[in-house]
Amino acid sequence: MSIDERALGAGAELLPLIPARRRPWLPVAALLAPSLLFLALFTYGPLVRVTVESLMVGRFAGDSAFGVGNYQRLFADPHFARAAANNVVYAVGTIIPSLILALALALALRETDRFTALLRTLVVMPLLIPLVAAAALFSFILLPGDGLLDFYLHKLGLGMVNWLGDPDLALGAVIAITIWKNTGYYMLFFLAGLAGVPQELVDAARIDGAGAWRRLRSIVLPLLGPTFGFVVPIALLNALTQIDHVVTMTQGGPSDATNLLLYYIYQQAAQNYDTGLASAATVVSVAALLTLTVTSFRLIERGTHYES
Amino acid sequence: MRASGRHLALIAASTAALIWAVPFAWMAVASLRPGVPPDIASLTPSGPFNLGNFKEAWTSGSFPLWYLNTLLMCGGILAVQLVTVSMAGYAFARLNFPGRDWVFSAFLLQLLLIPPLLIVPNLATLVTLHLYDKLLGIMAPYFASAFGVFLMRQTFRSIPRDFEEAAMLDGAGVAVLIRHVLLPLARPGLVAFAIVSVTAHWNEFLWPLMAVSSPRNQVLTVGLASFASGAEAGSAWGIIAAGTFLVAAPLLVLFLVFQRRFVSSFVFSGIK
Repeated sequence: MSIDERALGAGAELLPLIPARRRPWLPVAALLAPSLLFLALFTYGPLVRVTVESLMVGRFAGDSAFGVGNYQRLFADPHFARAAANNVVYAVGTIIPSLILALALALALRETDRFTALLRTLVVMPLLIPLVAAAALFSFILLPGDGLLDFYLHKLGLGMVNWLGDPDLALGAVIAITIWKNTGYYMLFFLAGLAGVPQELVDAARIDGAGAWRRLRSIVLPLLGPTFGFVVPIALLNALTQIDHVVTMTQGGPSDATNLLLYYIYQQAAQNYDTGLASAATVVSVAALLTLTVTSFRLIERGTHYES
Repeated sequence: MRASGRHLALIAASTAALIWAVPFAWMAVASLRPGVPPDIASLTPSGPFNLGNFKEAWTSGSFPLWYLNTLLMCGGILAVQLVTVSMAGYAFARLNFPGRDWVFSAFLLQLLLIPPLLIVPNLATLVTLHLYDKLLGIMAPYFASAFGVFLMRQTFRSIPRDFEEAAMLDGAGVAVLIRHVLLPLARPGLVAFAIVSVTAHWNEFLWPLMAVSSPRNQVLTVGLASFASGAEAGSAWGIIAAGTFLVAAPLLVLFLVFQRRFVSSFVFSGIK
């Protein structure tokens, strides 16, 4: 703060020029009110409401009974256990391959010329289309017999595979679609992160005889810490919420093989009208999501090197 | 040694990019092939080609209605968001008040609690507010945007205070200050936010599916899902490809034209 500024500040205090000073919270309240109204209606309110509903075990003549019955039913439901287990596989199976692939592509395409720009565009394009559009395309690609994958596998002399109809393969197929959809998005973050890695550091390490792998592990990855710090939480959120293709392609089947937590919630709420069970499943899923995102963020922060 | 390593990396990246492009290539090729050819999977057919599938998709689906609803939804969300995020973004960027960081963290909670996740209470709220099965009901949960507030806070912070101080000395109030001094300077942030917001809502499926039941209120993604399941039953893959193209094309074209803008906006969308 310069001397002039300090003088100006002192002057403002001596002469009560700005009437808002008398009620300083008024402009703040007015500016935040529109956002807070909608957050109260569609974020905080629902969070409280879903928690209350999850503990409501019966409604008799206007009276409500509270208890943990919904949670007991939830944890006893094999469909929920399957959905939770599938979701863990879905999260690991989508996040790790797409992040590795995204980082590899970013490293390969970091120098900009016409060719790398074209390749980047091709990889980013899936980000721009709805997941249901991707599902429509992949429904045909994975179609047994006439589908694109079988058509070309047949030319290679391989037999036909019912990707979405086989309980052992269906989740893998859904995972593949998600990887196709998200890798380009994550690549953009890594490209931006790599632009912040000083080339002198990498060059110095090379002169010191560090191989490509060593340079990546000891210099590039630690400096990409902040990038991982927001890509991983985004990827975790996606692993819980990106289920559009499950809704349109598999409906959780065959025999629960692609049932995921949010699809389970959707089934209980919109198909079985079991509000108690859907609410309990929502509370468990949201708690898991919050814990995982905050933990991953903290862990990555700890392993990060920030340039000061 | 170094050059050959780089070549290998580029060859691997080219292979990946080609695989990534296959669904788009098939969509483009299959949408132009009339009838139900036996080699509909082929990426290099010999023809004939015409626009019959697009005509068929356009008339058998309700594309004009879906486009209109989607435009109204995206436009309505964005219009309200621009007001709410500018106001809150200014408060967090420029005003000191007790508990500011705490309130800001509470805003960020919205990033995780997306509407379809809270389907049970959100549908109940829509029913209470008489917004169920209305376009406004799809839009309402998005009128506040934690991401937008965050982005505008960053944008406003990057603007030197001199402009505001000059305007304040001229007696300008907060509303005038935001509208006539800060927002014109915050255009890059506003454009980035608009791109991310419209892309997200144009492509969204689950919440519009849950919040609306009558066909006249459906948006493109929901329409495409029912249209594709109908056409799939008849193995009309060329028509599905054309319908998918109609849904995806507007954003894809905008992306290809304004690629730099899109990319920097998306990157901005992840910055903490």
